[in-house]
Amino acid sequence: MSAGPPAAPVGARLPRLEDPRLVSGRGCFVDDLQLPGMLHLDILRSPHAHARIHAIDAAAARALPGVAAVYTGTGLAQFLRVLPSAGGMEGFNAPEHHALAIERVRFVGEGVAAVLATDRYVARDARELIRVSYEVLPAVADPEAALAPDAPLLHEALGTNRAFEMRIGSDVREALERAAHVVRGRFVNQRIVPNTMETRGAVAHFEPWDERLTVWLSTQAPHLMRREFARFLAFPEHRLRVIAPDVGGAFGAKNNPYAEELLAAALALKHRAPVKWIEERQEHMLVTSHARAQTVELHAGVREDGTLLALHYRLVADMGAYYHAITHIGPMMTAALMTGAYRIPYAATDIVSVFTNTTPTDPYRGFGRAEAAYFIERTMDLIARELGLDAVELRRRNLIRRDEFPFATPTGHVHESGDFQLCLERALERFDYEGARREQARLRATGRCIGIGLTTHAWRAGFPSVPGGKGYVISGWEKTSVSIDPGGTVRAVIGTSPHGQGIVTTTAQIVAGELRIAPRDVRIIHGDTDAVTQGNGTMGSRSLVVGGSATLLAARQLRDKAVRLAAHLLRVPAERVTLEAGVFSDCGDPARRVTLAAVAAHAFAGPQDLPEGLEPGLEATAFFEAPNFTSCFGTHACVVEVEPQTGEVRILRYVAVDDIGRAINPMIVEGQLHGGLAQGIGQALMEEASYDAAGQPLAASFLDYATPRATDLPRFEVELTETPSTVNPLGARGIGEAGTVAAPPAVVNAVLDALAPLGVRHLDMPLTPHKVWRAIREADA
Amino acid sequence: MKISLHVNSRPVEAEVEPRLLLVHFLRERLRLTGTHIGCDTSQCGACTVHLDGCAVKSCTLLAVQADGCEVITIEGLAPEGTLHPLQAAFQEHHALQCGFCTPGIVMVAHGLLGRDSAPGEAEIRAALEGNRCRCTGYQNIVDAIRCACERVREGT
Amino acid sequence: MIPAAFEYLRPRSLEEAVACLLQREPGTAAILAGGMSLIPAMKLRLARPATLVDIVRLRGLAGIVRSAEHLRIGALTTHAALGGAPELARYPVFAETAGVVADPQIRHRGTLGGSLAYAHPAADWPAVFLALQGEAQLFGPQGRRSVPAEDFFTGIFETTIGAGEILTEIRFPSVRERSGAAYSRMCLQASGMALVGVAAQIMLDAEGRIDHASIGVTGVNAVPFRARSLEMRLRGVLPAAAALRDLCATGIPEAEPLSDPHAAADYRLQMLRIHAERALGRAFERARAAVPGLGYSAPVTRDGEPVVRP
Repeated sequence: MSAGPPAAPVGARLPRLEDPRLVSGRGCFVDDLQLPGMLHLDILRSPHAHARIHAIDAAAARALPGVAAVYTGTGLAQFLRVLPSAGGMEGFNAPEHHALAIERVRFVGEGVAAVLATDRYVARDARELIRVSYEVLPAVADPEAALAPDAPLLHEALGTNRAFEMRIGSDVREALERAAHVVRGRFVNQRIVPNTMETRGAVAHFEPWDERLTVWLSTQAPHLMRREFARFLAFPEHRLRVIAPDVGGAFGAKNNPYAEELLAAALALKHRAPVKWIEERQEHMLVTSHARAQTVELHAGVREDGTLLALHYRLVADMGAYYHAITHIGPMMTAALMTGAYRIPYAATDIVSVFTNTTPTDPYRGFGRAEAAYFIERTMDLIARELGLDAVELRRRNLIRRDEFPFATPTGHVHESGDFQLCLERALERFDYEGARREQARLRATGRCIGIGLTTHAWRAGFPSVPGGKGYVISGWEKTSVSIDPGGTVRAVIGTSPHGQGIVTTTAQIVAGELRIAPRDVRIIHGDTDAVTQGNGTMGSRSLVVGGSATLLAARQLRDKAVRLAAHLLRVPAERVTLEAGVFSDCGDPARRVTLAAVAAHAFAGPQDLPEGLEPGLEATAFFEAPNFTSCFGTHACVVEVEPQTGEVRILRYVAVDDIGRAINPMIVEGQLHGGLAQGIGQALMEEASYDAAGQPLAASFLDYATPRATDLPRFEVELTETPSTVNPLGARGIGEAGTVAAPPAVVNAVLDALAPLGVRHLDMPLTPHKVWRAIREADA
Repeated sequence: MKISLHVNSRPVEAEVEPRLLLVHFLRERLRLTGTHIGCDTSQCGACTVHLDGCAVKSCTLLAVQADGCEVITIEGLAPEGTLHPLQAAFQEHHALQCGFCTPGIVMVAHGLLGRDSAPGEAEIRAALEGNRCRCTGYQNIVDAIRCACERVREGT
Repeated sequence: MIPAAFEYLRPRSLEEAVACLLQREPGTAAILAGGMSLIPAMKLRLARPATLVDIVRLRGLAGIVRSAEHLRIGALTTHAALGGAPELARYPVFAETAGVVADPQIRHRGTLGGSLAYAHPAADWPAVFLALQGEAQLFGPQGRRSVPAEDFFTGIFETTIGAGEILTEIRFPSVRERSGAAYSRMCLQASGMALVGVAAQIMLDAEGRIDHASIGVTGVNAVPFRARSLEMRLRGVLPAAAALRDLCATGIPEAEPLSDPHAAADYRLQMLRIHAERALGRAFERARAAVPGLGYSAPVTRDGEPVVRP
């Protein structure tokens, strides 16, 4: 071990242990794998949003040298089950979803035929030789249109395009009737594409001599994939090994057992050869889960003084053509968090979830919560404008006070703890809100179009388990094992599956903090289900709050055992043993000491000389399940300038103050915020996966789908507060999604503030120059 | 077609199909997998390498076009086990998260080093026009590049 | 994303290159220069030439030569080279345009000739080519010929380059006194290509009035065009901001704007007016800077800000 640990590993801005490999090109992503005899899978996809497949002629493709096989949906159905998906809840309409379409395609990009070839160039050539005869059917891409009685039906067997309907919340009608003002609005949280920089991919390899199937997968949840792959393939789970190697971003979209990935595994089994599938960017745009795609019509009942009395949403959620893993959870999460950071006595959402001829939707960073924050934070600005109140003053009047926690909302969420005012006041001070308003007035007088927007957002992270779930279930617990090898080296085996969050480093910091060693002396093992037997993965800002808590508990257990052993070796009571820099000593006689390495050696080599009741070895495992979500909150404020002639929007300043509960590594926390802000600003200003009326996607590559470049973004001013959470032993709150939750409403509020003098009252994201220009023009007319 | 070139200062000869993309040649034939493919349409820059000293997108070049050229990939910036000052600055400034776009960005940034004057924030951001990062929001990348440029210039 | 198979040829001379083209079925062979547009199109299989004739290594096709009458730019001169060439110090419009074409990596490979010959309706160089009244030098089976910029583009991705012909050089009249040129554009957020791009060249008379203006427009119509009507109306005008704005607001009847999901026709038209005004304003500034002592101040907008944006 190194000579000594840094003063306190927890809380240090420690450079990431993950980095040296990644910055020097020595990472290992799925596409980096090459196995002997590997076959390449390529998928022919539907060019139509809705069509009947009459015939598929693959003769020419099969005849191409190097082609091992061509499959169609009907052919696969002879040996494959339907895809795992959501829809296991009572009363839900659950369409069947196959790895390749059978008889009918329901969105552009749906797989129609699969080619296996010895070379990816040959596979691509063969795909082009397949001839499909389609009968094009009327398609519906807009969820409201899909609800019309005469709309084309996607799934005739269901008899409706409704996926499910649900009401969440309290009765609101009476409260709305009593309200002095009822503010009405309609907000769209548009459909976007996650666009991880590494697209999806899989390499599957079956080893017949020990009946073991290994699947390398670009995933954020290897254990959930192991379970779903085992179900789909009817293959024993303990013989299935899923490995998430380096993963180039996931953001919620690599949480679903996708058709191509399951197919790669199934065909590796069938062909007794390794099979590789790597998604192209265009495919990513068409078939990897899209996200958001929610619209609300709202009624907000407000008293004269601006306090909120009641809020009602009719929420239309676009599922896409099928369910992916947890598609249905999105609108439910939005409804649960609809009241945001505010005290609103009566609130309810009526959810209508709809199938359309579009790519299925599923989580994306901020799933459900980003939509909720957008709707309520836009609503707050709408109310402020209608009542002629300052946006900050309105928020101050309605924020849940620090003495009101735990606070139960009418939609069934309990904010466990928090200090919403703290973030608001810190942000206003940092931002100099009054000064910014004065500067805005000054610049407006010179003809410049300046706007100020803010959010006081509250969301939640680190979900607990939901009892009685069926189908695709993600449990809330997480597992860590910490062990010390006989030679004294330390390892932690974690059930989360980091892919950019820096969890290797923060886990090492937590373990090092407990064992009083240097973080670099802790090795973290993750992502391989043979090495990590159980886990749930990395999603929903849970890796640190839940996984990190399991790590803390396991490390403490391990330390306690090591202390007992050390006490035994030092022949003193355990209470007298202290641990510093990897050395145990007797606090009464510090000269008497034994190293952690010596204790470890004894734990394995001296089982005949162990304290009464102590097992050999030095290893501890903890499962941690939180009793509730953590409450996450903050205040963001920004200044934008609109160029009215062209509609271009520039962010001049962005201040974010978020509560982290407890920062294990503030540098990583800030990085998480930066990245989320970039994605949130992307949604606010640039990103949209739209369709034309016939269901043809209008954005199918980076040539027509804009994600932020370096020149599109401002410098972020980020500040953290630390109000410990009450639902985990670390006191951490989760930060991964704060940026995508808060930035869209902050930016849109600012742009609408800028445009207020021009008479523009409403805009839907993304606020592209074209759209902003048109709104100004129409307001002028 | 037969090509011969230098990759990371090593001579390489190979027989390739004309349509073989340089990025596939590097990744699959030479097993230099640090150069990544992120978009296919020449937008994301994950595949950036140096060709005769200039940063180019290897997904938009044929291997045959690199015949006779000198190619440097991310693996060639520093001897294995050591970090180039730029790479060290990326770690220090937390300029990467998932790390997928990082090699391409480092290769672009390399072109900014060793100039008379250190580039400013706006210049660095403009230099990254051909690269996409989805994790970092770019701010720490900009800081890392600026820091590395200053260090290289000062010879520290 | 993998191109369909093709035959790859690397001729050692222009003559050999022409022969390669002529020996193939018409329309099946393509010239490969930097490949920055062609290779992505081939990967998408939107283009599938059976033969690629790589001319990038041919000598004499890259470089910049200035003479008394002409500025001659080899077709294979890269965007990056145009962005930093000392020979172009008196032609700032080249660096200005080169600096916005695609991105730095693409600018290292992509060429001026390739961009013009590919004739993408939203490419930047066609506007400059038109405004500076360039001439395309073609080499082909019948020898050399010269095509003025205005006759060069014939359709979307279509030019006057004939079977077996290769674009070898782009020739511009040498810069005159009291003249200036500029390029102003708005780009599409995703692709970075021009939603509207306007290049303007202005020559002033001794009194500072516009003696001659030429304006090239890209991204607006299916084919890049000269804004001839505006050019005519600018003649004799003392280019103050208000005058430029008024003329640009009404004076471009040649515009038949494309309408697509990124920009409806009316938006394109409005952006055209704004960028025409900006390009003209900047071109004027440059022309004026070339004439010390012209006795009036820089044009300003209604808000008192200079037309020329920092």
